[in-house]
Amino acid sequence: MEYLIHLAILISIWSMLAMSLNLILGYTGLLSITHAAFFGIGAYATAISMTVYDINFFLSILIGILVAGVVALLFGLILARFKGDIYALATFGLNIIIFSIFLNWQEVTRGPLGIPGIGRPEIFDFVFKSNLYFLILVSVFAFLIYLISEYIVKSSFGRVLQAIREKESTIQVFGYRTHFFKLTIFVISACIAAVAGSFFASYITFIDPSTFSLNESIFILAIVILGGLANNKGVFVGTVFLIMLPEILRFVGFPTDIAAQMRQVVYGLLLVGLMMYRPQGLLGKFKL
Amino acid sequence: MSILSLRNFRKHFDGTKVVNGVNFEIEKGKITGLIGPNGSGKSTLINLITGVVPKDKGIIVIGDSMKVDKIRPYDMKILGITRTFQNVQIFEQMTVFDNLLLTLTKRTVWGSLFEKHSKIHEERTNDILQLISLSEKKNELAENLSYGQRKLLEIGRAIAMDVDIILFDEPYAGLFPKIIKQVSEILNRLKKQDKAILLVEHNMGLIRELCDHLVVMDAGEILAEGEPEQILARLDVIEAYLGE
Repeated sequence: MEYLIHLAILISIWSMLAMSLNLILGYTGLLSITHAAFFGIGAYATAISMTVYDINFFLSILIGILVAGVVALLFGLILARFKGDIYALATFGLNIIIFSIFLNWQEVTRGPLGIPGIGRPEIFDFVFKSNLYFLILVSVFAFLIYLISEYIVKSSFGRVLQAIREKESTIQVFGYRTHFFKLTIFVISACIAAVAGSFFASYITFIDPSTFSLNESIFILAIVILGGLANNKGVFVGTVFLIMLPEILRFVGFPTDIAAQMRQVVYGLLLVGLMMYRPQGLLGKFKL
Repeated sequence: MSILSLRNFRKHFDGTKVVNGVNFEIEKGKITGLIGPNGSGKSTLINLITGVVPKDKGIIVIGDSMKVDKIRPYDMKILGITRTFQNVQIFEQMTVFDNLLLTLTKRTVWGSLFEKHSKIHEERTNDILQLISLSEKKNELAENLSYGQRKLLEIGRAIAMDVDIILFDEPYAGLFPKIIKQVSEILNRLKKQDKAILLVEHNMGLIRELCDHLVVMDAGEILAEGEPEQILARLDVIEAYLGE
């Protein structure tokens, strides 16, 4: 049972991440390869706030949102002027820059040593110590993020994002300053990824830079592409499948270390297969 | 009365003068035809007026005195200008309804974030859908429409913008006679509503039937301008179209 709860927690955290990326990639059509960076900013904000300053977990989420929001705003001002391949390359660069900061700013992040001893969420003397309570809490947040995402994409704002995805230059002629829309959704998306990072840090209780590398960004990308671009329910299906995949590989007899490597091979094969036969993913609405 | 004046519009691509010192005016309640052989600069001119392609030189004057030097596509709504495209530019993976709603809802980030379409938007959209005979396709993805229906949707979107100046870039190209008639009715209706219309078209029959004023472009410059019958009878205009 404890094992299933563990998987459900991971699914909740990564579905938040994938929903946040879906806002940019699925709904706005911008290939962003930097989400692990904002995931990491949230995780480090919580880790440092809780271990160094003894700040409550819930307040640390707000700090993570704030830091990720400011970083996304600064980079977004540049990114919003790009589209297509250049946008993807610029976000790729951003992930590398932030990963380097996690790794090298040792006074703050402790670099490769990582930050241990991160506490669990606590509210009114109630500590979410057991994994079951933690699961309930993270699920509530994941559901709230689902509602927020659905609200955004069904609003007039969401309709503009979808128009940007199809023909940005055309929607401009109808009076929309598209770079403001691209900037706003990038900041919102980064803030959501930071929330996922806060939960990850608190759950695992130890973080180091290796979790927030480009590989992680590509993993989140694979979830969204597999589950379905521009469909939050599809993204949930993609998360369940890809989080469960290494476990399934283990159960069918692969040794643990080989299962981990096989995971990368299967991601690659899945992405190639999907691009060839179902470019919108399993439940997606938008074809890449 | 002139509502849109172009003054000394210029655009060069790698030394080629695509639009070279173009001046003309369009008036409210009139259809101004813009004709010329392929490559004469008609579509480029519309792209320059709407800021889709940045101009090298020139200003537009809206009404009596509003001079606009910096032309940006997202200012078109404020300037009261909209357009259709030579190659249809609808949002194919959105519904027909959503394609029209985009022209009705708020333009700002915060305004649109806290707005869901209202009954007023719905009623206005339904009226336009009826006008362009696409009511039954309301909830279908635009990618499922036929070519003629796509053209109509684009025209419907221009109407939904509810602005004074509409630039139609070959709205009849590739249409069946029944839809041609429908588009002509829409254009005449807009004219009666006192809209200023610029119509780029190759079909001289339609130009004669619809236009109050005609501008002929050749090699990026204005070759002739005036009353359609007189202009179409001019030898230099015929030569520009048919060659020496």
